[in-house]
Amino acid sequence: MTLKLQALTERPETLASGHGLCPGCSESVVVRMVLMALANPAVVSLATGCLEVSSTRFPDTAWKVPVIHSAFENAASTASGIEAAYKALVRKGRMAERPLTFVVFAGDGATYDIGLQWLSGALERRHRFVYVCLNNEGYMNTGIQRSGATLKGTWTTTTPAGAATAGKVDWNKDVTAIVAAHGIPYVAQAAVHHWKDLMTKVRKAEAAAGPSFINVFAPCNRGWRHEPEDTMNVSRLAVESGAWPLYEVIDGAWHMTGSGRKTRPVADYMRAQGRFKHLMTEANAGLLAEIQARIDSEWVRLQKRCASGV
Amino acid sequence: MAPSKMPSTVDLPIEAPPANALAINGGEAVAYALKQIDPEVVAAYPITPQTLIIEKFAEYFANGEVRTEFVTVESEHAALSVCVGAAAAGGRAVTATAGPGLALMFEMLGVASGMRLPIVMHLCTRALSSPINILGDHSDAMAMRETGWVMLAGSSPQEAYDQALIAQVIAEHPDVLLPTANLIDGFSVTHAVERVNVLDDSTVREFVGEYEPGLSLLSADQAVTFGAMDARDSYFEHKRQQVAALERAVHVTAEALDRFAQVSGRRYRLLETYRLEDAAIAIVVMGSLEGQVRAAVDTARERGLRVGALRIRLFRPFPTRLVANALRGTPVIGVLDRAIGFGSPGNPLYSDIAVTMFREPDKPMLKSFVYGLGGRVTTQRVLEQAIQELADTLHVGRITDGQTYLGLHEGTAK
Repeated sequence: MTLKLQALTERPETLASGHGLCPGCSESVVVRMVLMALANPAVVSLATGCLEVSSTRFPDTAWKVPVIHSAFENAASTASGIEAAYKALVRKGRMAERPLTFVVFAGDGATYDIGLQWLSGALERRHRFVYVCLNNEGYMNTGIQRSGATLKGTWTTTTPAGAATAGKVDWNKDVTAIVAAHGIPYVAQAAVHHWKDLMTKVRKAEAAAGPSFINVFAPCNRGWRHEPEDTMNVSRLAVESGAWPLYEVIDGAWHMTGSGRKTRPVADYMRAQGRFKHLMTEANAGLLAEIQARIDSEWVRLQKRCASGV
Repeated sequence: MAPSKMPSTVDLPIEAPPANALAINGGEAVAYALKQIDPEVVAAYPITPQTLIIEKFAEYFANGEVRTEFVTVESEHAALSVCVGAAAAGGRAVTATAGPGLALMFEMLGVASGMRLPIVMHLCTRALSSPINILGDHSDAMAMRETGWVMLAGSSPQEAYDQALIAQVIAEHPDVLLPTANLIDGFSVTHAVERVNVLDDSTVREFVGEYEPGLSLLSADQAVTFGAMDARDSYFEHKRQQVAALERAVHVTAEALDRFAQVSGRRYRLLETYRLEDAAIAIVVMGSLEGQVRAAVDTARERGLRVGALRIRLFRPFPTRLVANALRGTPVIGVLDRAIGFGSPGNPLYSDIAVTMFREPDKPMLKSFVYGLGGRVTTQRVLEQAIQELADTLHVGRITDGQTYLGLHEGTAK
């Protein structure tokens, strides 16, 4: 499982340059790291989203691996079909068995909201694929709207900070835990800035005897209102503040990864982005404190889970 | 009246091979065909009246009689989504649904046809909600008629079986590569036990062959992108190519029916005509009412009325030229729709016939009938009333009333 940078750089390129993702976008970085970490050739199922529209503009494609986009909500079902067809074709002797890894890339909208049922069904059926959620906490492709992954208090175009409400009113939901509740062999949270942690998790996910899921924190500088060059820094601050803990669930056992420590207040992470600007005012001090308290309590809950191992 | 010209490469009659006769319902007949086809992937979700198909297929699966991956999905949308993935991976992919299940699939209907994936769907036609009604009509089929699928409508368990085989051949033909639906009337065919002559496994295997995809996600030597994004410089062209593929499906279907006649002894045509040659009145119908319509035609003929019937088998692509040939010179045409085109100038099948006959120099008098919604039984008496209306129209020489609802309880139109 050891990752050697030298060896990784010798892997063939899987996503060509020239795609249309924004400068500063973390999605292409995640995709390249995921596909680079895999031991096997990949077959990719894409949900509708920034990555898909920016990489498959006919007649061009940025993909150097086989890829399919079907619709927004059903990337897990599409991957189910590919995996099912592969198994049957091999069983019937119509195709030689060969190492292949089926990979899904879907945003948080496609994963937390519109596609949760499709994902859940595929996990229950134990189709073997690596599902990577590119989590930028909102519908960035359609213009920065709130999703089920958006943190309470966040400014988005459908949760503007106004006189009556200060950003998103509801808490985000814990989809990583929901996925883990399916009892699949490997579930993890990772972040774009921590390449070694992410790529190690990808290898574990690929090796798992069943479906696997990695929820990857992937800042969107356009939607989060920070400079393109700050993407990795913002990701690091999210992890250091405990807003995005890194952990994995292996066969039901929870483990922290990385430093396993929370070393900053969430305000440090928020101040680096325009989408939380309104929370830095006196008027919203109470809301900021509420968010900090929630992150603290969630952190404690996660620590307990990891300590108990289940 | 000009004779209808059907593309045919076979001289009839055909010597039938020994047949195995089973007493099974339409749903089981489709399941039996699926067992013989042994597709790589079957993905389906239970819904009445389709469940007969997947329950029977599940038995075959459980008994190891198929090598299929049977994907028991969590919704119909997922069923067709799984089929899209499987077909793009080069597998033969089949699903089955009905009414509301088809409605839930709707988004994927266009994805499947736009991506040119030869998925086969067995649609057990059912009413759409609301009010919820599990029984048969064509509301679901009519809702999918402009989604780019080839659509074949059968009228019996035997045809449900035969078309399950034929549909594979049409869908996978390299000139077509389009998803294809086998329409099976809910309950009146799905649940009707009849004698079904099934073919030998080897005959089926030879007839349907193996699906050889031109492009596949699983091909080891090329990285294909399926489902790319089109902007304004290419979307229009891709849609035009879809039109061309559908147009080619007319000839491909005729060829498939010819080849099927050779292997089965059962001769089907894109349109089935009955006593139409000298008819002054034609009844156009689709689906399982055909048998009753033929009986009503016979009764009317005994009364001296020159009535004939035309049944549409290939509904999409609509074989316009053949329909015009078949109906040319018939002064009065009654079209039976088992669905309502809410707010439209005409109900679906009626509109197709109206457009078809509009191009004719001698325009017929057209009448529109709606029947059998939500499983309403259409009696012979009601059909005879319809024929009488058409006879009155012929006699008067003009259309007296626009729309008739056959078998509707009186006093409901408020």
